[in-house]
Amino acid sequence: MHIPDGFINGTASAAFGAVAAGGVGLSVRQTGRYLSDRQVPLAGLVAAFVFAAQMVNFAVLPGMSGHLLGGVMAAVLVGPWAALLVLAVVLGVQGLVFADGGLSALGLNVVNMGIIGAVGGYLLYRVLLRVLRRLPGSVAPAAGLAAAVSVPLAAMGFAVEYALGGTASVALGTVVATLLWTHVLIGIGEGVLTAMVVAAVMRSRPDIVYGAPTYEGERLEALV
Amino acid sequence: MRRAGNRSLLVIGLLVTITVAIVVSQFASGDPDGLEYVAQETGILDTATDHAAASSPLADYGADLTDDGRLNTAAAGLLGVALTLSIGYGVFWVARRTRSNNAGPRPTR
Repeated sequence: MHIPDGFINGTASAAFGAVAAGGVGLSVRQTGRYLSDRQVPLAGLVAAFVFAAQMVNFAVLPGMSGHLLGGVMAAVLVGPWAALLVLAVVLGVQGLVFADGGLSALGLNVVNMGIIGAVGGYLLYRVLLRVLRRLPGSVAPAAGLAAAVSVPLAAMGFAVEYALGGTASVALGTVVATLLWTHVLIGIGEGVLTAMVVAAVMRSRPDIVYGAPTYEGERLEALV
Repeated sequence: MRRAGNRSLLVIGLLVTITVAIVVSQFASGDPDGLEYVAQETGILDTATDHAAASSPLADYGADLTDDGRLNTAAAGLLGVALTLSIGYGVFWVARRTRSNNAGPRPTR
């Protein structure tokens, strides 16, 4: 899911870089409004876990793998704003230290996996939680479903970026069609992994799960 | 079920994270991920340019760090976990500090 340098031209990359920077700045502010001191190490741990999990590509089809994006997982555990920061930290380390994801594409990747994947995915999670009824037992299934859908959504972020600044001359329709079916398949893995991790934390500490009705900390918005 | 304490939650979480980064990562598929596959299938991949840090010893998760691929993956995993944990902690600590500067203490529930 990490866009390398060269796919998207400089103008579009810079514009999405500005959107990403604005999102990260807003996230620092919003996270500061609800995160408690004892959640600080937990949020750092979530960043480390997302990094580790993203290393583990799972086979999807012969010749194609996928990996966890972790946006919805992080958002349900520590809140959508902290989750955007989690993805920004992970993508920053991957791009700067491990040459995974282009430096000029960092903003594009933060938009796709952080803003769309984590914040957008969390909004979807809240809708699904209401549909599945607002019960502790609905948290993991709703998180899994939202996570599954967040992957093709994040891929559509790339489609928009390609439409605006793609340097290749491949038809947009071809790109969108190929992106969609591949990422719907990868989303299944994202959904299963997210549901498993969220269910495990819900079993041991339902009080610290931001997106759960059992959460005992501060939340910026009412859980619908 | 008895609730795990904050400290044991963090210790268990960290152990799981390190295990994923240095052990489970050994079984990762080497096939291109979804976006790279799409780029390959459609021809977009031809427009990719070299990463600025492509020649860094840590590029591609330390793939050319030593002759032992398993060791390289484990080292990259451990380093990445240490970096994301410490930078993440720092970012959240800073974010947490912004509140007291402009909003004062908030009532706890």
